Amino acid sequence: MRIGVITFPGSLDDRDAQRAVSLAGAEPVALWHGDHNLGGVDAIVLPGGFSYGDYLRCGAIAAHSPIMSEVIDAANAGMPVLGICNGFQMLTEAHLLPGGLVRNDHGTFICRDQVLRVENAATAWTNEFETGAEIVIPLKNGEGGFIASTEELARLEGEGQVVFRYVGVNPNGSMNDIAGVSNARGNVVGLMPHPEHATEPGFGPDTADAMRSGVDGLAFFTSAIAALVAV
Amino acid sequence: MPTIVVEVMPKAELLDPQGKAVAGALARLGKTGFTGVRIGKRFEVTVDAPVTDAVLAEVRTLANEMFSNSVIEDVVAISVDGAPVDLAVVA
Repeated sequence: MRIGVITFPGSLDDRDAQRAVSLAGAEPVALWHGDHNLGGVDAIVLPGGFSYGDYLRCGAIAAHSPIMSEVIDAANAGMPVLGICNGFQMLTEAHLLPGGLVRNDHGTFICRDQVLRVENAATAWTNEFETGAEIVIPLKNGEGGFIASTEELARLEGEGQVVFRYVGVNPNGSMNDIAGVSNARGNVVGLMPHPEHATEPGFGPDTADAMRSGVDGLAFFTSAIAALVAV
Repeated sequence: MPTIVVEVMPKAELLDPQGKAVAGALARLGKTGFTGVRIGKRFEVTVDAPVTDAVLAEVRTLANEMFSNSVIEDVVAISVDGAPVDLAVVA
């Protein structure tokens, strides 16, 4: 199983995402934004960072990268695609995911371990969770406020496209506390928090058991593997 | 060289944290006569040729599909060398 991680100019978390793919048991494949080539991978991760310095809008210029035409075709054909933070912003800018992300309502960058509730455990990236499960993974962004029109929001809620919701505190003013959404088919998922930073004991969020032992992010990647095996 | 100006604003119903921060600073400076600030973007696109209807049509498309994101922003004005032009995309 090969999962590609695309590096854009300004990507920061591409190597962490590659390591998360390895820890989950798949082979990570480094892909480059300027290529028209997905390298024959089975799934794709768009990592976090500040592509193009967040110029124009977060993720907007990256969404027009050469490789994105292949990503859009693959996503529409059913390939699992995960957008994390800046990758989520790219997926909304590329119209692969609904809604948009705006500056945090309090105007400041936020970095914390965040509790999320898994609202939909039927997507390609969440099938190893139970619906309603609460997980803790890091959140770190300046423009993570999820917005959509009233009608779009009602549709997303009604059709199960809200995949993750913030629990305890809404860290950025996201409508309906939405942390992540999927497309209608459930193969494309985007979220602002970072599962790839919670995949290895010693480097994740604190848990009741031990400092930095949280690995709740690992199931995102094992879910994608399970989804691919099931095909 | 003609300059086409495209102005984009965050949607009116959305909170504009940048504008809110500036409005807060104005209040702290004692500038109490202002009730709000909203911050948008201005794109100055220069063209090395006369601005024909085809060029304008292309700029309208770019304004709607790249310079702005219709989920969060509106294109509020387009002008050529200071003269406003119709925002509507001609089919």
